Amino acid sequence: MDVLFHNVRELVDRANSEQKLISEIMIEQEMLITGRSREEIMAQMDRNLTVMEEAVEKGLKGVRSTSGLTGGDAVLLQAYMKKGNTLSGELMLDAVSKAVATNEVNAAMGTICATPTAGSAGVVPGTLFAVKNKLNPTREQMIRYLFNAGAFGFVVANNASISGAAGGCQAEVGSAAGMAAAAIVEMAGGTPEQSSTAFAITLKNMLGLVCDPVAGLVEVPCVKRNAMGASNSLVAADMALAGVTSRIPCDEVIDAMYKIGQTMPTALKETAQGGLAATPTGKWLEAKIFGGAVVTGGN
Amino acid sequence: MKFKSVFDIIGPVMIGPSSSHTAGAARIGRVARDLFGKQPTWAKIHLYGSFAETYKGHGTDVAIIGGLLDYDTFDERIKTAFEDAEKLGLSFEFIPETANTEHPNTARIVIGDGKQEMSMVGISIGGGKTEITELNGFPLRLSGNLAAILVVHEDRSGCIANVANCLAKYDINIGHMEVSRKEKGNMALMVIEVDQTVDEQILEEIGKLPNITQVTRIAD
Repeated sequence: MDVLFHNVRELVDRANSEQKLISEIMIEQEMLITGRSREEIMAQMDRNLTVMEEAVEKGLKGVRSTSGLTGGDAVLLQAYMKKGNTLSGELMLDAVSKAVATNEVNAAMGTICATPTAGSAGVVPGTLFAVKNKLNPTREQMIRYLFNAGAFGFVVANNASISGAAGGCQAEVGSAAGMAAAAIVEMAGGTPEQSSTAFAITLKNMLGLVCDPVAGLVEVPCVKRNAMGASNSLVAADMALAGVTSRIPCDEVIDAMYKIGQTMPTALKETAQGGLAATPTGKWLEAKIFGGAVVTGGN
Repeated sequence: MKFKSVFDIIGPVMIGPSSSHTAGAARIGRVARDLFGKQPTWAKIHLYGSFAETYKGHGTDVAIIGGLLDYDTFDERIKTAFEDAEKLGLSFEFIPETANTEHPNTARIVIGDGKQEMSMVGISIGGGKTEITELNGFPLRLSGNLAAILVVHEDRSGCIANVANCLAKYDINIGHMEVSRKEKGNMALMVIEVDQTVDEQILEEIGKLPNITQVTRIAD
C-alpha cells in the first residue's frame, strides 16, 4: 500500500510543492487508503470533534473518578481564570483547564476520543477549544485542526510509538503536545514548515518523560501532564510562528524519542513499578485504593 | 505500516481511561467473540506484562469481558460488564502471568461453551489498535484494519486455490493472505484480509468446499 508521506519531511515537502495545507494532505491520504469519500471522512472527524466538545463540557461542570484521585481541577481553574488575575494568561489557562477537563472525564470512565491515546486525550482538544476563542475558526477549520494533528501522529505512530507501555509518556503526552502545536500553527496561518518546527520544539522538551501512573490508574500524574502538554504546545507554536527554528529536524527528534523509549527501563513504562508510582505516597495510595497491601500509618 | 488510518490516531471514541488497556482490551475481547461466533459461557483470561501489572486500574478486565459480550469501545455498558456477564451466564477468571512476552500488552483469551473451546492471543499496540497473533495454536498476524475471513482446513493440496476461486467468483479482492500450520499434513489456517464485505452465503459456500473444517469472519 502506497502512502503520500512516510515522515514529516515528505509531508512538508508535499504540502509545499502542491501548495496545500498539511490537513489537506492527511485528508487526501485517508481517501486514498480507505477508498472512502471526502464527505464521509470529514463527517467522521466531525463526530469525533463533537465527542471532544461534549467531554470538555462535562469536565468543566465537574466530575470525579471512582478512586477519588482526580476530578474537580478543571472547575477550580475556570473559577480562578474568571477573577482575571492569571499570571500565564487567559488563553493558556483556558487550554490547560480544558485539557484537564477531558482527562478528568477519561479517568471517570466517561466517553472521550483518543488523541492519540486516552491518557493523552486532553492536549489536542484542550488547545483547540482555547485557541478557538482567539482565532474564531469555522467548523471546517476545527476539523482540519484534527487532521493536521493526525498527520503528525500518524508519522510518530508508524516511525516510533504512541504507546506508554512501549515508549513512556513522551510517546503519549509528548506526541499529543507536538500534534497540538503543529495544528495550532496551521490554524493560526503558519506554514507547513512552521508546523513541523512547532512539533519538533514541543517533543524535544518532553523527551525522556516516563510513564509512571500511581496504582496503574490513568490519573496521577496523567491529568496534570496533559495540562503541561497543552501549555508546552502553545509556547512552541508561538515560537515557531515567531520564526524560531529547530536545529534538530523533526524526524530526527521523533527517532530520538523512539530510541529513548526502547532503552527506558520497564519499571518506567506503564507498569506502575517506578517513578511516582513507587514513591511512599504513590504506594500508600495504591494500597488504599485496591486494599491489596498492608497499609501502615494507622489507616 | 501498522497505523494506516488517521482515525487510528484521532480516535477511537471510547470509554476511558486507557486506549491501549481499555479500548484495545475491549477490541481484543470482541474479536475473540467474533471468532467464536457466539457468546461463550466461560472465559479464562491470561494477562502479561503491563496488562498483568495494571489491569485493575485501567479497567482492562471489564473491557475484555465487555468485548466478549460484543460491546464496542464506546459502549457505556463496559462499566457494568461484570454484572452483565453474570446475568448472561458468562463466568470468567483473570490470571496475571509473570512470563515475558514480545509485546508488553498481551492477553491470551481461552473461551468455551461446553461444546467448543477456542484460544486466542491478542496484543494492544497503542492508541486502541490491536493485533491478533495466535489462534488455537496457529501463529498469525491479523491487523484488524480490514475485514477478514479465517479458514481452518486440512493441509491438503488444492484447498487454497478452491477458497481463492470462490472469492474471485464473487469479485472479492484479497488484500493480504497468510497460511500457517502446526505440522505438515495436519490442520492449517488461512487468514485472508479482504477489501469487500463477505456475505454469510459466501462463507457457507466456502465451508462446503472439500477439506474445509471451519470458516469464521471478522468484520471491518
